[in-house]
Amino acid sequence: MLARRKFVNVVMLTLTGVCTVTTVAVLFVILGALIVHGASSLSWNFFTRLPAPIGETGGGMANAIVGSAQIVGVSALIGIPIGFLAGVYLSEYEDKKFASLVRYIADLLNGVPSIIVGILAWALLVVPMHGNSALAGSIALSVMLIPIVTRQTEQFLREVPLSLREGALALGASKWKMIATVAVPAGSKGIMTGMILGVARVAGETAPLLFTAGLNQYWGGLKDPTASLPVMIYKLATGPYDEWHQLAWAAGLVLIVMVLTANVLARMILARGVSVPRG
Amino acid sequence: MKKELLTCGVLAAAAVSLAIAEVKINACGASFPDAIYERWFADYNKAHPDVQINYTPSGSGAGVKSITERTVDFGASDMPMTDKELADAKRKIYHFPTVLGAVVPTYNIPGVTQELKFSGPVLAGIYMGTIKKWNDKALTSENPGVKLPGDDIIVVHRTDSSGTTFIFTDFLSKVSPEWKSKVGANKAVSWPTGLGSNQNAGVTELVKQTPGSIGYVELIYAIQNKIPYGWVKNASGAYIKASMESVSDAAAGVKMPDDFRVSITNAAGKNAYPISSFTWMLIPADIPDANKAKAIHAFLGWMLTEGQKIAPTLDFAPLPKPVVDKEQKQLAMLEKGAH
Amino acid sequence: MGDQIARLTALFFACVLIAIVVLLVYELFSRSAAARAKFGWHFLASSEWNPVTEEFGALPFLYGTVITSLVAMVLSIPLGMGAAIFLAELAPVKLSNSLTFVIELLAAIPSVIYGLLAIFTLVPLMREYVEPALKAVLGFLPFFQGPVMGVGYLTAGLVLAIMTVPFIISVSREALLAVPREQREAALALGATRWETTWQIVVPYAKLGILGSIFLGLARALGETMAVTMVVGNLPAVHAGLFWPGSSIAAAIANEFSEAGGTVYPAALIELGLVLFGLTIVINGFARLMIVATTKKGSKR
Repeated sequence: MLARRKFVNVVMLTLTGVCTVTTVAVLFVILGALIVHGASSLSWNFFTRLPAPIGETGGGMANAIVGSAQIVGVSALIGIPIGFLAGVYLSEYEDKKFASLVRYIADLLNGVPSIIVGILAWALLVVPMHGNSALAGSIALSVMLIPIVTRQTEQFLREVPLSLREGALALGASKWKMIATVAVPAGSKGIMTGMILGVARVAGETAPLLFTAGLNQYWGGLKDPTASLPVMIYKLATGPYDEWHQLAWAAGLVLIVMVLTANVLARMILARGVSVPRG
Repeated sequence: MKKELLTCGVLAAAAVSLAIAEVKINACGASFPDAIYERWFADYNKAHPDVQINYTPSGSGAGVKSITERTVDFGASDMPMTDKELADAKRKIYHFPTVLGAVVPTYNIPGVTQELKFSGPVLAGIYMGTIKKWNDKALTSENPGVKLPGDDIIVVHRTDSSGTTFIFTDFLSKVSPEWKSKVGANKAVSWPTGLGSNQNAGVTELVKQTPGSIGYVELIYAIQNKIPYGWVKNASGAYIKASMESVSDAAAGVKMPDDFRVSITNAAGKNAYPISSFTWMLIPADIPDANKAKAIHAFLGWMLTEGQKIAPTLDFAPLPKPVVDKEQKQLAMLEKGAH
Repeated sequence: MGDQIARLTALFFACVLIAIVVLLVYELFSRSAAARAKFGWHFLASSEWNPVTEEFGALPFLYGTVITSLVAMVLSIPLGMGAAIFLAELAPVKLSNSLTFVIELLAAIPSVIYGLLAIFTLVPLMREYVEPALKAVLGFLPFFQGPVMGVGYLTAGLVLAIMTVPFIISVSREALLAVPREQREAALALGATRWETTWQIVVPYAKLGILGSIFLGLARALGETMAVTMVVGNLPAVHAGLFWPGSSIAAAIANEFSEAGGTVYPAALIELGLVLFGLTIVINGFARLMIVATTKKGSKR
């Protein structure tokens, strides 16, 4: 009966709208909760002071913020070049069987649970170095960063039109010169997006840092255990003290603002125009 | 912005230390004494800005493991290292008792603000899952006058390897033969029932958040978080509330062996709190870095004198004088060996 | 000459990826040797987890990992597909793109933040309202039994569902958008309603991509650590009732790895990691096959 079918039509289509609204609403609930609970604890102290012992007020998370920046920064220094060049290889130097192997490996690495990556970094660095270190944490994060950058680099390099490449080669450029001066700049927006998104992703990871970088109440150097925002949030959220919870909310707010800003930035770069020359 | 902060931090630290080399010491272990250790390390750092002791309260099991694997400079545990653990460490490790503390049964029962009384076998029954509800006869008979609800008891314990667990299960093993044979006493046991969380902090949090729950934590955690804790029946038959006095009573007259490994649970004294314990710092005899060794020995000396005065402010009982004297002799031996 | 160097350099870095995976597998295998030797295949079937007697079994953790992920899938598949259909078929292009962007932001939120929110807002909600209501209405089913604590398999599954939904939406939407217009127009011309066209023509056409998105989401859920650890209750046992607290492989490793002493205990934890690694490779492999098949199918037309 047509009426019944029409009824089902309206109901189901409305439901799909409900599903969408529900999902979108979750983002705003999360942001809202973080702002409501965390904004009040953001203060000058929060950003500049070291943690205070239990019972004393006025402590902050300066070491965790700087620690995160340090760990993520080093992991970017290690992971971005490796990922980028591997992506260049996959896109520019087609060695069919080998390239598909590398591609498969990159996807595989992408899917490895972050805690397992932590075990790898622990085995490679914490054990021989006899202790936690920021470097071990950075290595763990770079292992997660590399496949992301590799795939994004490959994808955006592939989209650079053949005509552009052939033009450069016809003008006498060697292959590597063509890649460096024509292909990469043409795909640069997408490649950069991949790097930014990758770094934002690893900046929020907790599990790989649990037994590599550990925690520290003071500043940590490359070879010392180092506090980081995500691990501090975990410690503070699962502890009993209300001051800890407030700090956790505030730190969560800082972290989500950083991550979401990076994501929005990356999108804007991409939207501004992946270079699509009229060729 | 972060670079500037880091530069400022480094410059400030450099300005303070000048010609003095900065000594960074890493330690990890028991969460039982974390409150007093954090205070001690912070105060010591204020008095000696060149010495930074970074302590991670990941549990006594982690303390023993990391001192064995040499991933820290010293460890901490509420359970003395067993002979096997000492053998696995492959080097001489000294036990230095630091303070006396108490493990209390803390609970969150909606509508009940009074302090409940527990006897050992009842606690064992709860943790074995044989006593399932708050208004079980065993509990109501010990607490006449308290209206206990018919809710299920939600048991909370540690997931990580914990000296606090050892102290608690050591006590339970002494008062309940069934517990001793079924579960036993150790830093990590096969729990018959219950939810788990990490470190004293995690258990406290879980109890705070879960109506109907019971957990075991060090006294200061219950006090600082304002959650009720019960009185426990001791070996003399009296119900005792954990306090510095009742804990000191448990340690009074203890025959301290030369290696300082001793248990004082279920002590005989009339006013002794039955779930009391020493807690130890695990100090290796040979610390490769001479600066670190000097700093650690100096800290231990401070801990035995100044540190003991601070302990009561956080409701930890200071060490009995005979124990302090004995430790100072051990410290002297340690310092001699280091030269 | 410059080309040779460039090629070799790029090749070298591509090999670094292979080296990383080789190292990973090697470390997982060699460091779990003590446990594998002691327990053999029995490890997967045993529920014993006793650090004192050094008897370990993976069953409670494997069970918890699978159950929480299944709960997550049961919740996120309908939700995700519903939203994907709306975004691909109903919403005007600009709206669809902006909403998709917002939903993809959800995928970027760190899992510890999901955990933070879950502990303080979701767990009390579950404990005070949702679980008692479910127990009252559906308590006769074995799934809706167990102590009402707020933490447990159901809560963990719910958090995982929220975390996997963006993946399902994103990939399914692409799959749906790739279905050629003619398919829809033909169905509508024959008198089908919008919904009938979508459900009976478009979705089946895109089913490989949609299935791929589901497996992708599943793989993500299986390996998720922090959010699950914070709300699953950490009880190493197997229970059918979803209100029961449990554990998962990732949660066990996160909680116990730092202090697992001796040789067998850490080896058992690493063996758990090996099991999880194997599981995610298989699931990810399926996902990849399906998504690749979709693009191949799309390009054929």
